This record gives sequence, structure tokens and C-alpha cells, in this order.
Amino acid sequence: MTPHAVTIVGGRVVTPDGIQDVPLRMAGGAIAGFAGPEQGDEVVDAKGQLVAPGIVDLGVFAVDKPAFRFGGITRAALMPDQNPPLDYPARVNFIAKSGKPDLWVHPLAAATVSLEGEQLAEIALMKAAGARGIATGRRWIADSGVMLRLLQYAAMLDLVVVSHAEDDGLAGSAVATAGEVATRLGLPSAPAEAEALAVARDIALTELSGARLHLRQVTTRSALSLVRAAKARGVTVTAGVTPAHFMLSDLSTMDFRTFARLSPPLRCEDDRQAVREAIGDGTIDVIASGHDPRGPEDKRLPFADAAPGMAGAETLLAMTLTLVRDGVIDLPRAFALLSANPARLLGVNAGELRDGCEADVAIIDVERPWVVDGSRMEASAGNTPFDRQPTQGRVSSLYKGGMPV
Amino acid sequence: MHLTGIRLSTKGMASMTSAENTPAAGPRPGRYPAGSRAFPHRDLLAVGALERHEILFLLDEAEQWVAMNRTAAKHTDLLGGLTIINAFFENSTRTLLSFEIAGKRLGADVVNMHAAQSSVKKGETLIDTAITLNAMRPDAIVIRHGSSGATALIADKVDCPVINAGDGQHEHPTQALLDALALRHALQARGQTADDFTGLTVTICGDVLHSRVARSNILCLQALGASVRVCAPPALMPQGIEAMGVEAFHDFDRALEGTDVAMMLRLQTERMSGQFVPSPREYHHLYGLTARRLANAAPDAIVMHPGPMNRGIEIDSDVADSIDRSIITAQVEMGVAIRMACLDVLTRRRRGIAGWGDPA
Repeated sequence: MTPHAVTIVGGRVVTPDGIQDVPLRMAGGAIAGFAGPEQGDEVVDAKGQLVAPGIVDLGVFAVDKPAFRFGGITRAALMPDQNPPLDYPARVNFIAKSGKPDLWVHPLAAATVSLEGEQLAEIALMKAAGARGIATGRRWIADSGVMLRLLQYAAMLDLVVVSHAEDDGLAGSAVATAGEVATRLGLPSAPAEAEALAVARDIALTELSGARLHLRQVTTRSALSLVRAAKARGVTVTAGVTPAHFMLSDLSTMDFRTFARLSPPLRCEDDRQAVREAIGDGTIDVIASGHDPRGPEDKRLPFADAAPGMAGAETLLAMTLTLVRDGVIDLPRAFALLSANPARLLGVNAGELRDGCEADVAIIDVERPWVVDGSRMEASAGNTPFDRQPTQGRVSSLYKGGMPV
Repeated sequence: MHLTGIRLSTKGMASMTSAENTPAAGPRPGRYPAGSRAFPHRDLLAVGALERHEILFLLDEAEQWVAMNRTAAKHTDLLGGLTIINAFFENSTRTLLSFEIAGKRLGADVVNMHAAQSSVKKGETLIDTAITLNAMRPDAIVIRHGSSGATALIADKVDCPVINAGDGQHEHPTQALLDALALRHALQARGQTADDFTGLTVTICGDVLHSRVARSNILCLQALGASVRVCAPPALMPQGIEAMGVEAFHDFDRALEGTDVAMMLRLQTERMSGQFVPSPREYHHLYGLTARRLANAAPDAIVMHPGPMNRGIEIDSDVADSIDRSIITAQVEMGVAIRMACLDVLTRRRRGIAGWGDPA
């Protein structure tokens, strides 16, 4: 079935050239210009709402359609940390087709067999099977020799390498960032510098190999300044973050709240401020949800025994919009962080409202107030650290390839 | 005489009033708010949740049990008919024994649950274990668990008072209370009359990183007015400890300088992953409390240790056994009294004591 043409009128359209009050026409699954409507088009009145590219969520741990639909996510890059892991072409192929047509899942191939950080997985075969990038998983690759060979191989295949930057020797079994809160709570903790150490090595190996490195979460001031300096030298490194690390600090773990048990752990307030600055100055390129729904069997445990992760898909947009309201970034930049940049890293023709681009479009009421409620989420589990937080910005309707989702 | 009107049959109570000028005289009318306002908590989970006067209230309550425990017929039926479960998910000998004796001396039915025998090993979650224990209608649960915050998690799911007997590296409130009581007795024996520790300097030395005893003691001693120093090698010193208002030292001799109390901690090798000190011998060289080192401290400085001790590592035998300096055995004695006070106070509502709320 060929999608019929739709023209969205009366919206404020987020284009690469800024926000424009123009119609947006979608035909044949792609963006078909900023005029219209043409004869026979379905006409949708956006009534002054924002018309933005669908979110490209780089690095989720579960495919959770209702939550993605709620959050305006039209494409999600799935981390290889599945059971079994995405270290085998057939699994990658299955995942790559799993969400279509209304959600496109882009598998990230496991860098190493069973994500153990030792033997390289069959990355080229996985690329042929639909992998759009390579990821080290929830853990860093501790062996620098393995990491260098991985980066060299990825450079040859022109695939982005998504790394989790936490030095293993320092991080160990830590569940918190060393500091007053972890000390008061008596939680196993690692110094925040575990991140900078890992980032420094990964950047050095990236320079050596010429690969494209994406640090999925950079959450500390020291690591961010390393990324900033590397970018200035022209290193092909990009950095991401999830809203938890620009909205919350380790104070949120007081009372042993396991919904705030994340990986990397929440940092001190100064690091949170550094993340906001880095989003503002362009050091951070991607904001992603890190969506990892976890039920009570994983979360209703003592803090150190609970699984890390948060259900983030539904709150990703609203939390990013707080940065706009706070004047850290403007709206076009928000959608560069949420959509255009991750799409470019994955090499997909999406993430922007540009002629010829895939028609993944969200109509957003940026002012609409709502309260995050962990007990009534669309996600398969309600483990949000933003529970009961009032916020603003909701997706009113969503199009994937020009078709309503 | 008793704040709550409970009458005790033991003769030993007479000794309580012998020292009029000391707080050893037990709870005094008018000193604390009436009824449950003196201790408005259902559970005892952390010293960090207590006010200064609530700590003093528990210490004063414990004095009657110190006295009773020194008599031959050390038994009352105050808690007769009540069931207390000691749920220990982590191995313990002395704390478990202390709680068991405390419950039995108060006349309660005390049941001990060891993790090794429990369904925890069969894959049951902590919450389910808590719900199961709760269904047996205990009147108080005493919990020790290897993870920080575990007792608070359980307390959330049960209907009866919960006492934290140690959760991971977080808190061990009854240990801090018993240490305060033992210290207060020792100071009184030296003729000091103050209720609290204002002006006192206490040095806590050892594996501060892994020690819930250190955390509870820092909070308790500070609440009672003491200034606290901590001393440990860098690897065993938690980052940001200064934010808790303590002075941190790596040099044991400097930390001991002029201190009134040296509280020694054991190396908790069972909580260490990886190597934290090169060898016990080397640890003793730097951090072992010897008679020579103790000479740096204030004259007559008091030596404490929560036990179990590793003689020859963190403390030398002649210091540990010094009759005029060490109060290590007194700490054990006060442990029973403090736990009796906690069990008494926390079950008052359940027992329908006037002023302590509706027993429901």
C-alpha cells in the first residue's frame, strides 16, 4: 500500500533552517516540500503546534512500542544487550525487521562475542543483516588491544562505535559515584574520574584508527572537557547523554531510590551543571532515552542489588524541552540533539524535516502540562526517576514514513 | 517513677537512683515530651533519622536495663506474649545473641531466622520474605542484611516495628547507641557529670569505608556534641567523608593527638573486593593501636572496639585488655541493655501503653 499524501498546515515547522510557519507535505513516505496542500491530499491542521522530526532514540535496551509512540520516537537504535545478545547476524536481521512499519528498529551489533569484551563479533555480517552501528554494551571494553582492533575494523566498515565509558578497574561493582551521598548511604562507589579515564583512552584509540566513536553517555565535567578538546582537534568523536544526567544529581538516590539507580550512576551537582553547559556549547551531540523498562523483580531490591536503568522513552521529549525553557538551547537545536544527529550517526535518511527525507514527523504541543506517573506509563514498566514530576510537552500525533502511528 | 507507668518487679531497680547526680538514674519525668512524642518513630533504621533528645531518651531508658541485667533475676515479663523475629540475612554471632538475650530478658518469644536456613537461598525475593515474616504477626522484626538500605525496604512492607541490626555499609544504629551508653558510663566513672559528649574528641580508626558502625557512630557522637576524627589509609577512607563534619586523617599518630576516645574498627575483609592494604602486618605498622601510640592521646583516653577484634592487627592485646583504658567488654554489656530499651520503646504502642498511640 502506498501511503497517501498528507499536508500538515497551520504548524510551526522545525526545519534545518529554523522554525518556519509553512505547510509540510508528506507523499510516498517522504517529505515532499513545504507547500501545498495539493489536490487529493489529506489536510491536517496542526493548530499552531510544533511540527518536528520524529525522535531517533540512539541506544535503547528494549523495543517498547507504546512508550515510543507516547514519546514521539519513530526510530530506535537497540543496544545489543539482549537475551541472547545481538552478536549473531540472524538475530540482528530479526530485530531489524521487528518494528516495521510503524517503528523502525536499528540494531546495534555487539562489538564482541557475548559482549564479553574479548573476541570481536561478526560485525561485517551483522552490518549486512541490518546493523546500523556497533556497541560495546553496558560495559566498557577493558582490553585496549581489542578496542583498537574494533575501532580499526569499524572504520573500514564505516560504522559508528557506541562505547560505554567507565573504566572497569575503578568502577568495579560500584553502584554510585564516590562523594558525600554515597558515603552517607554506604553504597559501593567509584570516583567520577572512572569516566574520564575511559573517555581519554577511547579518544586516543579513535585518533589512531580514524573510526567514528560515539560515547553513549558522557556525564562528568572532566570527561566532557576531554571530548571538547578532542572535537577541537578534529577527532571524529560524538557524545550523548540521557535526561537523567542533566535533570538529576546523586541527591536523587537518597532514601535508596532504586529508580535512580542508573549506569553510569548519577553524579554530583557540579557534573550535572557541566552536562547542561556541554549541551549548550555543542560538546554533547545526542540526547537519548536509554529506555530500559524494569519491573519490580529488578527494582524492588536493595539499591546495590537492583538492576540499573530507567524507563525513559516517555519523558525524553518533555525533559529535553525543559532545556529550551531554561534557555540552554533553542528548539531547532533540541531536535538536532534528539533526531538529526543520531540519524546522521546511524546513517539513516531521517531525523530532519528536509525535502526527500523519510516522513517521520511528530506534531507536538510543547506547552501542554502533564505529570509523570510511574504507575500509569505506557512503557512495559514504570521505573522512572521523574515520578510525580510535573512537566510540559506532549506528542499529539506521530507519523512514520508519512503514515499515522 | 517510670515515665510510662510500667512497674518493674526487679529489686535491682533500687540501684538506679543511687547516683543522684548522674543520668544513670534512668528516664526522668519532665525531661522528655510525654508519651510517644519522646520517640515518635515506628522503626529504628538509622541514627541519621534521630534527634539528639531521642538518642538521649533511648540511652536513659536503657539505664534501668543496665541495672536489671546486673541482678541475679534478670527477667521481666514486660513483653510477655510478644513475638520478636531476628531475621539475619548476614552472619552474626554477637549482635544476634545480644538481641536474643534482650528479647528473652523482656519476656518476649524470640525467634531467630538465619539466611543460611531461609528461603532466600531458594530464590525468594527480599520483599516476599518480608511479607512472609509479616504474615506470622511478629510484634517486632530485627533485621541484618548485607545491602545498604535493605532494612528500610523491608520496613516499608511490614506492619510492625523494624530494628536495623546492620544494613550493608550504611548504618548499625544500636551499635552506636550502645557505644554512647558505654562511653557515658565510662565518663561517669571518671567523675564527669555531663549527659552528653560536648567537648569530647573521638577518633574512629580503621576500615571506615566498609563500616556501618563508623557511619552510625559519627552521626550519634556528633548529635551528642562530640567532635569526631576518622583515620584510615586512603583506600579505606570514603570520599566526601568531611562533608559529614568529621576531620579526616591518614596519619594515626596525628589523629590520636589529644583524643579522648580511640574507637578501633576491624578490617572488613569480607566486604573487600581486591586489595585494600598490602598486608595485615603493614596495617598494624601504620594503624595498630599500641600502648606507645595511645600515649599520644589524652591522659586516660578510653579505648573502644565494636568487635570482633583482630588482636595484633588493629589493636594490641595489652591495650584491648587494659582495665583502666579499655571499655570493650562494657560495650558488649551495654548492647543488651540498649536493645532491651529499643524493644521496649518500639513495642509500647503495640502493648497499649498510655500515650503511645492506638495499638491497632
